[in-house]
Amino acid sequence: MTNLNLAVAASLNVTTPSDQATSAAKITARNLDFYYDGFHALKNIRMDIPEKRVTAIIGPSGCGKSTLLRIFNRIYSIYPKLEARGEVLLDGENILDPRYPLNRLRSKVGMVFQKPVPFPMSIFDNIAYGIKHYEKLSRADMEVRVEQALRQAAIWDEVKDKLKGSALGLSGGQQQRLCIARAIALKPEVILFDEPTSALDPIATGKIEQLVEELKKDFTIAIVTHNMQQAARCSDFTAFMYLGELIEFGETETMFTRPSKQQTEDYITGRFG
Amino acid sequence: MSAISEKLYRRRRFKNGVALVLAGAATLFGLFWLVWILWTTLVNGIGALKPELFYQMTPPPGSDGGLANAFFGSMLMSLLAIVLGTPVGILAGTFLAEYARRSLLGESIRFVNDILLSAPSIVLGLFVYTLVVKQMGHFSGLAGAITLALIVLPVVVRTTDEMLKLVPSQMREAALSLGVPQWKVTVQVLYRSALPGIVTGVLLALARISGETAPLLFTALNNQFWSVDMSGPMASVPVVVFQYAMSPYDTWHSLAWAGAFMVTVFVLCTSLIARAIIARRKVAND
Repeated sequence: MTNLNLAVAASLNVTTPSDQATSAAKITARNLDFYYDGFHALKNIRMDIPEKRVTAIIGPSGCGKSTLLRIFNRIYSIYPKLEARGEVLLDGENILDPRYPLNRLRSKVGMVFQKPVPFPMSIFDNIAYGIKHYEKLSRADMEVRVEQALRQAAIWDEVKDKLKGSALGLSGGQQQRLCIARAIALKPEVILFDEPTSALDPIATGKIEQLVEELKKDFTIAIVTHNMQQAARCSDFTAFMYLGELIEFGETETMFTRPSKQQTEDYITGRFG
Repeated sequence: MSAISEKLYRRRRFKNGVALVLAGAATLFGLFWLVWILWTTLVNGIGALKPELFYQMTPPPGSDGGLANAFFGSMLMSLLAIVLGTPVGILAGTFLAEYARRSLLGESIRFVNDILLSAPSIVLGLFVYTLVVKQMGHFSGLAGAITLALIVLPVVVRTTDEMLKLVPSQMREAALSLGVPQWKVTVQVLYRSALPGIVTGVLLALARISGETAPLLFTALNNQFWSVDMSGPMASVPVVVFQYAMSPYDTWHSLAWAGAFMVTVFVLCTSLIARAIIARRKVAND
């Protein structure tokens, strides 16, 4: 199967009826290639991330799923010798264009990482830190914003009495929800999750998944996971990647019950990966 | 267990015993001298301690006195050295860790810094002698402080570099993904995370320069009198210890022991504080 056919198939999938038709694409990747110091890591990716839906990106290790996610807020650009070619449109504007301000991109596209990394400061300051960079708020307004973000990330009740305490004292699952609150606090439109639960125990994982379900009312969500049950549980759409190519993209239910590609079926049923 | 494996096990146990004895003997050999030095310093130093040390000046031959001018000179020059060396060291270490981590320039600077780290301190003394003392026309406390700052510099560069490299890259990514520019991330997030390590490095540098003699001989020289003038020659504990220990006078010997003891105690305390900071940091990270 050629890249072109795949691309056509992928774009056909998102424009087919039902749910998809009702939600426009928030992010669109077109002819996207990515290179690690010359190594061709992503090959001609074409993909739509629908607005206010959860899109899971799955695939075996090294397939490029994290690489793809890290293009959407250009976080890859902090390292030398990495290069993305092609187009990634956010609301129709190409974010790979160097003229697209990084500031604006990152205020619109938040990110949550695999390892929870609270900053070495108080819980309150962890949330306020990003806000301060964009807005000058009075103390009272800032308190409202911080509470809002913590509530939205379902961690307010656990931390409301120790906002001045160090964020490093929280449990792993709490730290991860704090990181989600930190991203939400900037009022982004998209949140990228890079294997957000792989360092957490099952109960903390359950809470994060529940939270993702809640968040999709307000945000467009893309989540990279190596846990297929997770993709099946909490996503509306699934993209399956293999060796730097997007093999198949579609509604999660279809992908997990009647995938159209043999490779997808083999991976989902555990025959490789 | 079969006969063969039992034989093998016995042989291994024997080898293990030999290695353990050799390693233990080497440790004892090293510790023996260390304990001897510390013990001698302790016994002679405590015997020589007296309140006059802290308010009387270094005496002329034969008479009694204290080390007040030397303590003050050492303190002043060490503090100025820290004040001069720390900011430059932190900035250079930040450049290495945050801006030039994998570049050829960064690697070269790191290499040169390591050479400076192990350069004999007397070479630094001669360097500053040519650069500052000869230009000024006379010895000065300032020249002494500059020399000590050159010893502080590579230590701080190295620890800042290492401590920033220990900060997980995901912390950097998380802060940058909020749209905050790199310099703000470095100052507001990464320094906070690396601070205990950097402070430890500065304390260890302080401990090191407080005992340095050679670099001061050519720069600060010495001074028999109380002096707060950094542009003139200045007394320091290590130089006084050096001169008095070489002299034939008993009163001077006794003062040299007291000075050596005080420097040792100071270095010990500084190192203990540094270790306490490291220990606390480990707890905080767990």
